[in-house]
Amino acid sequence: MGTKLRLRESPSQTAGPYVHIGCVPNTCGVGRPFMTDLGAVMLGDKTPGERIAVEGQIFDGAGDVLKDALIEVWQADHAGQYATATAGQPGVFSGWGRQATDLDTGRFRFETIKPGCVQCADGRLQAPHISFWIVARGINLGLNTRMYFSDEAQANAKCPVFLQVEEQFRPTLTAERNGDVYIFDIYLQGAKETVFFDI
Amino acid sequence: MKARPEQFQSRDRTWQPKALTPAYKSTRLRAPGRPPVLFANTLSETTGPVFGHDMIGPQDNDLICNYASSDGAAIGPRIAVHGRVRDENGRVVPGVLIEIWQANSAGRYRHKNDTYLAPLDANFGGAGRTITDKKGCYTFQTVQPGPYPWPNSENAWRPAHIHFSVFGSGFAQRLITQMYFEGDPLIPLCPIVQSLNDPAAVNQLTARLDMDTAISMDRLAYRFDIVLRGTTSTPFENRLEGN
Ligand SMILES: [Fe+3]
Repeated sequence: MGTKLRLRESPSQTAGPYVHIGCVPNTCGVGRPFMTDLGAVMLGDKTPGERIAVEGQIFDGAGDVLKDALIEVWQADHAGQYATATAGQPGVFSGWGRQATDLDTGRFRFETIKPGCVQCADGRLQAPHISFWIVARGINLGLNTRMYFSDEAQANAKCPVFLQVEEQFRPTLTAERNGDVYIFDIYLQGAKETVFFDI
Repeated sequence: MKARPEQFQSRDRTWQPKALTPAYKSTRLRAPGRPPVLFANTLSETTGPVFGHDMIGPQDNDLICNYASSDGAAIGPRIAVHGRVRDENGRVVPGVLIEIWQANSAGRYRHKNDTYLAPLDANFGGAGRTITDKKGCYTFQTVQPGPYPWPNSENAWRPAHIHFSVFGSGFAQRLITQMYFEGDPLIPLCPIVQSLNDPAAVNQLTARLDMDTAISMDRLAYRFDIVLRGTTSTPFENRLEGN
């Protein structure tokens, strides 16, 4: 008879300031042998859905911009389905993106499509959202948050996850639309502190 | 297609480092002030990107060669780092993408923001990738990284370490950590290591010298096992394989 195993999750440690070497080597001049950065391109020419970009910056408690952070996003396709195809196949929507904040300006930008609504286990629909995971120097355990869309107020008002966030903090998760670009700034501390999730 | 797990076990936040660990200075302005909001996993958390073995090149896991000129090799003590990825239920996890990065044997990173005066090694980039096999196993060939100074406080030095980035099958399993080397006297002095709340957690991140895998007249070996979050689905009866 085997015994019931209960292992402990490996403890997290900060990604540190040189996360680029391992995760986005072409943004810090390593390149070889990885000539493309994983997650750099999320979609292909024929990916259905509304083209959008998501841009923003991450601010620390002093109001300074993080220039050494790494962000990954995970999202459903236009129909609310998560990709099951292998990531990185040219032309296929992967749902997964990875970008460093710019080493000089701290800006990030993801070019993607607007996701559809994803079902909860009980059949209720979540509002369109993009899941974010943020690591950097000074972040001991990766931070999870979600970006919601300011022009989906009706769906947001019924989203079971969004509604679990206290009303006063919901605006921190809502990206404002500016043409085809949604602006999603993230605040690690202070009055505008973004809501982070324990997922 | 395999059924997706209903839920991952909630993360044990007493085992994971706290966000604010003031001795590690950078956390002071970067640790969120409010606790994270807990909610039950949805598909957005239980699914994640899938990576195929075909995306891995033959030298991707060999940092001794993968940046070097055709007749060159990285300088430093040659080592193999290997281990197995399991989940909290003890199940081996195949198909896991692991990315590593590290300083060279002198303690210098190939990064424009690293100004440490130790030299770069023209034959060492410091990045590797692999995907776990059917038994959840992985291997890297590399050189032992050097310790390096950092501006946390007067005379602060990082113990030798390799950074690990690991993907599970769900976005909620995403993990970045660091591997340390058994016997390194800098481990207890490091405020990043000491962000962990329990000596057993430090122990879990400390790779063991593995003389059974070392290759005579060639390289030493270290074993570093990784545990990802497990699902809450039916408890699994199992024995540790290969242990
Ligand atoms: Fe490091």
